[in-house]
Amino acid sequence: MKSIAELEEIRKRTLEQIGLRENNEKMRIVVGMATCGIAAGARPVMNTFLEELKKRNINNVSVTMTGCIGICRLEPIVEVIEPDGSKVTYVKMNPEKAARVVAEHIVNGRVCIDYTIGAEEKNK
Amino acid sequence: MKDISLHLLDIIRNSTAAGARNIKVQILADINEDELRIIIEDDGIGMDNELLERVTNPFTTTRTTRKIGMGIPLLKASAEMSSGELKIDSVKGKGTVVCATFKISHIDRPPLGDIASTMTGLIAAEPEIEFILNLNSDNGSFKFDTTEIKEKLGGVPINEIEVVYWIREFIEEGIKSIFGGVLDEIDS
Repeated sequence: MKSIAELEEIRKRTLEQIGLRENNEKMRIVVGMATCGIAAGARPVMNTFLEELKKRNINNVSVTMTGCIGICRLEPIVEVIEPDGSKVTYVKMNPEKAARVVAEHIVNGRVCIDYTIGAEEKNK
Repeated sequence: MKDISLHLLDIIRNSTAAGARNIKVQILADINEDELRIIIEDDGIGMDNELLERVTNPFTTTRTTRKIGMGIPLLKASAEMSSGELKIDSVKGKGTVVCATFKISHIDRPPLGDIASTMTGLIAAEPEIEFILNLNSDNGSFKFDTTEIKEKLGGVPINEIEVVYWIREFIEEGIKSIFGGVLDEIDS
């Protein structure tokens, strides 16, 4: 059985790590989580981002939600926003694609061009 | 929506969009009455009577207020398909209470789904909002409260990934102990 007391351990461990982090400029992963996104499978996509970040011990990236941005047919939609504000929009996401975005874009800085909204719209 | 946890995520997103600071979720299973009751209570901006009357109609979506759309009509349909109902009470400026009931044994009742993921997703995305989750059945009750967690964490943010994972496991255990043997899908 899990107990609240375990949080004390996590607190100690994490406080040390937070002290070691150099810059607080966070990259943000924003998942569209309105009715359209949820129905299209946005929650497993968000879960995958959290899992991959945990697996790779990446803690300068935050994962958050947003509402409907008006292109429901391309959901699940994910935006990766750099600290400087530049943004890449990925469409028709699924957990496998999310894992690749972490490995290539978040870790290595290479945008997964074929998942972007630009690539999707060109194929029409 | 495939399960109740996805409806829950969708409806709670309405509360966060309505500027709620405190959101209380209750999931209550009454075996004698064969009834599953989900209550979402928030202190957001609320709705006036005129909006409240229109809110279950999918065609009242307005682009300026993100309060309404398909979310509530879909939950209403899910509840009514399983001999339940949807009730919404709201006071402008005070908050909103959404209550959905389902007949537990009804063949069309959606499964509970992954409630822990719904809660951790929301907590990761909205760390400053206080969430309470209450579970209750004949097995007993379970309570999760983010204010309590934050107190224990001291200066560590609640959306630290390690904390989020601890919360997910904590809620999963709560779901198993309260709804195991009560809702069929929990045991499988």
